[in-house]
Amino acid sequence: MASHKERSADPVTVRLLENAAEAGIELAWDRYAMQEPQCGFGQLGLCCRNCLMGPCRIDPFGDGPKEGVCGATADIIAARNLARMIAAGAAAHSDHGRDIAHTLLMAAEQENCDYQIRDERKLKSIAADLGIQTEGKSTREIARAVAELCFAQFGQQHGEVVFTRKAPEDQRRRWRETGVMPRGVDREVVEIMHRTHIGVDNDHVNIMLQGIRAALADGWGGSMIATELSDVLFRAPTWIRSEANLGIIDPECVNVIVHGHEPSLSEMIVAAAQDRGLLALAKEKGAKGINLGGICCTANEILMRHGIPVAGNFLQQELAITTGAVDAMVVDVQCVFPSLGKIAQRFHTKFISTSPKAKFPFAEHMEFEEARALEIAKRIVRTAIENYPNRKKVTCCPSVEKPLVAGFTSENIYRMLGGTYRATYRPLNDAVMAGRLRGVAGVVGCNNPKLVHDYGHVEMTKELLKNDVLVAVTGCSAVANAKAGLLAPEAAFEFAGEGLQEICRAVGIPPVLHLGSCVDNSRILIVLSNMVAEGGLGNSIADLPVAGAAPEWMSEKAVSIGFYVVASGVFTVLGQPFPVQGAPELMKFICGGIEKLYGGKFAFESDPIRAAHLMIDHIDARRAALKLPPPMYPQPYRGKVYAEAPARATVAV
Amino acid sequence: MSRKIIAVDVTRCMACHSCEIACAVAHSASKTLAGALAESPRQRPRVHVEHVAGHPVPIQCQHCDDAPCVAACPSGAVSRAGPEEPVLFDSARCIGCRMCVQACPFGAITIGPDGKGVLKCDLCIERLSRGVEPACVSACPTRALRFEDVDQATRRKRRTASANLLSGETK
Repeated sequence: MASHKERSADPVTVRLLENAAEAGIELAWDRYAMQEPQCGFGQLGLCCRNCLMGPCRIDPFGDGPKEGVCGATADIIAARNLARMIAAGAAAHSDHGRDIAHTLLMAAEQENCDYQIRDERKLKSIAADLGIQTEGKSTREIARAVAELCFAQFGQQHGEVVFTRKAPEDQRRRWRETGVMPRGVDREVVEIMHRTHIGVDNDHVNIMLQGIRAALADGWGGSMIATELSDVLFRAPTWIRSEANLGIIDPECVNVIVHGHEPSLSEMIVAAAQDRGLLALAKEKGAKGINLGGICCTANEILMRHGIPVAGNFLQQELAITTGAVDAMVVDVQCVFPSLGKIAQRFHTKFISTSPKAKFPFAEHMEFEEARALEIAKRIVRTAIENYPNRKKVTCCPSVEKPLVAGFTSENIYRMLGGTYRATYRPLNDAVMAGRLRGVAGVVGCNNPKLVHDYGHVEMTKELLKNDVLVAVTGCSAVANAKAGLLAPEAAFEFAGEGLQEICRAVGIPPVLHLGSCVDNSRILIVLSNMVAEGGLGNSIADLPVAGAAPEWMSEKAVSIGFYVVASGVFTVLGQPFPVQGAPELMKFICGGIEKLYGGKFAFESDPIRAAHLMIDHIDARRAALKLPPPMYPQPYRGKVYAEAPARATVAV
Repeated sequence: MSRKIIAVDVTRCMACHSCEIACAVAHSASKTLAGALAESPRQRPRVHVEHVAGHPVPIQCQHCDDAPCVAACPSGAVSRAGPEEPVLFDSARCIGCRMCVQACPFGAITIGPDGKGVLKCDLCIERLSRGVEPACVSACPTRALRFEDVDQATRRKRRTASANLLSGETK
């Protein structure tokens, strides 16, 4: 068995892993060890279960079959599987977006709704983006029109998903020319399922093009709707201080952990936790107060809007319960382990499921309805308070939570960089053009017990920072970086290169910008579009000196994100390859041929430092193509492009 | 201690072919799945899951005591170092006559990937030297393959058979 330090780079996690092992509690890492060695056919993508002539497998080594019963080759089978992963990922993000659109519609239609339109400025800017007339209309009338239009995007049958118009012209031209401009969100997912049915699409590139179309419908559709409308309902985030790690669980308070993804639930729990009656009840039960903490993207949503501390990321969900101090773990959808109920039974913790779409073994189901949102949220918080006296053994968490600043958006970066009265991206573009910043990178994605927890996120980010690459983070990567202290403004002085330090000092930002949850990767798309629109860095996202990475990815959502980012022109490095390595032609397409079409492509590298160097080499290549000067200051990693170049001081400008 | 064998419980085999993949990877240079795929020529498995009347049966070299392949080999390429040792193949001595392939009663010896020499199970001696079970055994998700000594294997069988007898009596 791997030692606990080989399982996680986070000291708090290591400590809790030791405790759990002592108590004989089985966690994701133990279950992974039980699964090893994992099926080679599955890893290579060579297994097809799409019809009952199968299951079929392609033999990668022996004299076994090279085709399935229908005649499908390794490339066809692997492409079908990969496209279905995109379908599931796009469906998950988009269903989240659909729920938010529904909530906004409710808020617009019902006067006494628990949800209100909290951000009129954002609402009006979206209305302008969508071409909705706002003059003479009330806020609720505008909200209704926006909600209806967004709602309609899911079932739209023809035309173009409306938010794609926020992309640079070059991206839209490429999408139209290759036939992947998404029509409607649901339609593209359905078409993947059709095409991957027995005997339909049997060309691996054509299958992947539909995968890309669905992924774009996610990034520039479902996910973007989720982000934009959440901002309208719950207020667009602004810079906010907070802290992160399981140490935020306070043994003297009623602890409610919210875990999952959709802010419509967590926002109401936040409101309920401030209810005077419930606070009084908590005191009555002997608690100091009510303490909220988030896990996974729910954590990011309430962190960036309310400064609610982050308890942890994906692989810490079980560990939170093992502290014995969590009175209720409240979950909705996505990335919630079905093991939680069993673990909660060993403690006093109430494990509460809330979504009609997601039920779990050994969970108490308290179904959440938007129409009675606050009432149900209060009932959930009350359940936690009443459970407080039932605590058994409490294992105190090491209190090493790190301070952080979160809550950056594509809009508030304008104001951060340019000030309130001349909001602009100019300083960012100028810094890149001058070489003070080498480039910008997005580090996103999940945790995966196949890799050391948090190690990839944190080490990759550090390597990028010291080479003057500004880093944007979302999702569980954001939480990993927060726990490592990289989201604190002071981190610039410890970890950033000279150029990036100058930027951070001048503007007052941390070197790592927290852009939100995993649907908020759509914010990264808008940041990139804004950089192109600002001018000086080419006419396309594909021209920008930027790169993306998901060092510890595991979910189907990450596959969808990967494809919409690559198809939007960004070179992207994944910590683990897609499960298609048994398909040579498909591998050539996603790591090569796809670049000719969209300007972005994939690379796979599990070592975070080597992966960071691949990203920097790409950034440098784009700098060179734009005829930008080499980085202003000497760089620890000179990279392939500038390896031969003389130092900056001697370059004639 | 008696000799350890790869014991097969055919009733547990789900025909997943994981043993075959693990075998090819274990005999590759890189020892990783992706690395093995990239090698040329690609390594091939020394264990084969055959199908008889709808039932999968994993078959590999039994490392017979009186091994016909050893007796048939004219050049000493197939040999064993001692009575407790596995039957091994030495490509440097092989003259390519295929006598061992014909002599093996299990069909467990096959022609090598480049057409030269033969492939046979070496009981993963490289892994055993590191204290790790043969690759096919560790890859088997249902424990249809076990690496155990003969006494252990037969005792297990006797116990199962006894339990079956008893439950039959009480019915």
